[in-house]
Order: sequence, then structure tokens, then C-alpha cells
Amino acid sequence: MSVLEMREVSRVYGQGANEVHALAGIDLRVEAGAMVAVMGPSGSGKSTLLTIAGSLEAPSGGEVWVAGQELTKMSRNAKARLRRRSIGFVFQDFNLLPGLTAAENVSLPLELDGTPARKARVASVRALEGLGLGERAANFPDQLSGGERQRVAIARAVVGDHQLLLADEPSGALDSANGEAVMRLIHAACKRGMAAVVVTHDAQLASWADRVVFLRDGRITDQTMPPAGPESLLGQTGQAR
Amino acid sequence: MSVRHALLALLSEGPKYGLQLREEFEARTGEVWPLNVGQVYTTLQRLERDGLAQSDGSDTEGPQRRFRITEAGREELAGWLRTPPDMTSPPRDELVMKILVALRLPGTDVPGVIQAHRRYLVQLMQQWTRIKEAAPESDIGLALAVDAELFRLDSVIRWLDSADGRIKRAAASSQQETGPMVKLRIRTGVTR
Repeated sequence: MSVLEMREVSRVYGQGANEVHALAGIDLRVEAGAMVAVMGPSGSGKSTLLTIAGSLEAPSGGEVWVAGQELTKMSRNAKARLRRRSIGFVFQDFNLLPGLTAAENVSLPLELDGTPARKARVASVRALEGLGLGERAANFPDQLSGGERQRVAIARAVVGDHQLLLADEPSGALDSANGEAVMRLIHAACKRGMAAVVVTHDAQLASWADRVVFLRDGRITDQTMPPAGPESLLGQTGQAR
Repeated sequence: MSVRHALLALLSEGPKYGLQLREEFEARTGEVWPLNVGQVYTTLQRLERDGLAQSDGSDTEGPQRRFRITEAGREELAGWLRTPPDMTSPPRDELVMKILVALRLPGTDVPGVIQAHRRYLVQLMQQWTRIKEAAPESDIGLALAVDAELFRLDSVIRWLDSADGRIKRAAASSQQETGPMVKLRIRTGVTR
């Protein structure tokens, strides 16, 4: 089943002579358990695609389906509920609330959605433990390193029954080791059945995805084929000289 | 990759047999660089000839012989580790040539050519990343070898991205400055 399906999605800003087509004719399906990376230069429409997929912005045309529901037909409140229940967001600047502990940051969306505080707290600590942050649950964001803050953001994105993870340059400010750790975590979440869309200009991050789609001037112009097995590389390339 | 020095490095840990050297070489490089056993014995013979390694005895042949590093071998190895490989004059890069030719060939969809190469490189990176993901974290040799490939391929993609942007900007600015004629010249690549 597709967790995310975008059909002929377009987004136009401005009017008349100032009209800018940020997205045009976007068709994208992401199945449960799949990780798709969207690559493209700045201004190609990557972030717009992500905000529309996450119901944070409405498309000018086309349909967006998340977890079996069509967004354009939903009320504002219904979309907010869908976001809390089904969608996890990971942003470059983490977007953690500074006055809340790591555990509270993770449990907040669950509590807002009506999960009893105690139950939300247990789920939150479990998600943090899963990312190696069990001992940091009571720390505030400013007491955590950049890598730890990003792991809290991922814990918040995968906690509860979220089916779709949307990430915008998720390792933006991190060094390559922490960036790799972030991608391992997102990929592991996909192996447990989540669907993920990761927007990035970084090929090393994109290479973690099962499929990479290329965006240019608001259109999907190309995508990778399913990667061949490792056998084709091991024992063939880089022959010892 | 210098097989000669890699074998010296393995011998610096203690005396070893040829087959053992091959297995250890492949294990340390995460099997990214396969080595055939003939290559191992030929290299060992040369190391012995040059006085960098010596075998247990010349009576026995092939797999029965055990090799050890000599003092001269240790010096050679230490010197090699600190000698930077020649990276001063880059070889004529085939990919760069293709993009330059595409730029000069009338009617060529240059961004399309760039994208074909970009897609291929990303697919290769996906394969390497799968290998890294599947490997145990303790296998540092494999992770380093795969990272080297990933960084190398990544740098080529960055060059393609930058070429793409540069060509796009050049076309846009020349169109703005002097109208469509210059744009045509850039597209057909008669700018130099």
C-alpha cells in the first residue's frame, strides 16, 4: 500500500507575469517500508514538495494521499490530526522546543493527540532508548550535542503510529559520522515499515535510499533503478594493482 | 594500491604463508580489492629478491614457504607510508571530456547528458552504501574502503552539479545581456 501518493501535483506562486511554477506534474508514490530520496539543486522545489506531502501547504493542483486519505478534501483540523497521528517531520534545524526535555519533546505530539500522559511518556522514553538516548531523556535541548538533538528529532518523528517520515536535509549541520548515523536510523525505521521521503542535495545521504528521484525546475526528471546487489561491486571494481 | 607494500605491512606483524597473506589482505580491505594467489607469490619472490623479505628456506616451494620481513623491508614500509602518492597531474578525465564535448556539440541536451552520469554515479553510491550498511560495525577496514569510494563518487557528482549550475547561469546571463544570439553560441559551444 502506498503511504504517500502524489498525483499530478503542482504549486504556483504569484500571479500573471510574476507566476512561478514551483512544482509541476509531480507523480510520486512511496510504499510502506520504502525510503525515497529527492535530490535537486536549490530552488528545484524539493522543500515545497515536502511541505505539500506533509499537508503543511496546499497544492495548486493535483491530489495528495497520505495513509489512504486525500489531503485536499480535508479540513484544517483533520489535517492537523493526520499530521500528529501519521506523519513525523525531521528538519535541518531540528525544531525542538527549548523549554521541554528530550522526552517531553518526543511525547508532546502523542499527548496533543489524546494519548494519556503516562503512556505517551513511556513511548517517548522507549523511542529515545531505541536511538541510544535513554540516559539523556531528562536533558533539555541546549544540554545536548547537535547529533543528539537530531536523534531526539528522529525519535519524535518515529514515535507512536507514524507511518510517514518526511525529512528536509536531516543531517544539515552534522559532521559526516553523525550524518551517517541519522541516515542509518531513518533507514532502520523504514525496515520496520515506515515510509520515508528525504529531501537532500547530498548524494552521500541520498545513497541510503531505496530510490532516488531527481527534481529539476519543479519537475521529476529522472530516478534511479533499484540498486544491484553488492556482488557486482565486490570482486570486480578496484582490482588490486 | 601497492600490493608489495600491503604484503610487507602484513609481514611486519610476523612470519606468514602465501595463502594466509592473500586471505588477510582481502579481509583487511573488506574484500573490495581481490587478489589472486599468483599475484601474491610473484610479489613475494620480488620482495625476497630485493632483500625486503626472506623465506624459511629455498628448498621448499609454493605454499610450504613461510615469509618474514627484513630490517630493510621495515624501513621500506615506513618510508612508503609517509610518501604521498603522485596526485599532482590529474589524468585526462573521461567524464570531464564528455561534458566538454557535449557543450560544443550543437543540439546536445547538456543537462540531460549530465543527469545520465549523475544517475549512474548515485546508483553506484547506493550499492556501496548497502555494502557498508550490511557490514558489521567492527569491520573498520571495509568501512574505510567504502567511504573512500563514496567520497570519490560524491566529489564527481558535486562537480556535475556545479557544471550544471554554471552552464545554466552562463546561458541565462548571456541571454539577458545580448539576446538570443549569444545563447545559441553557448549552446553550440562556440564560446572559446
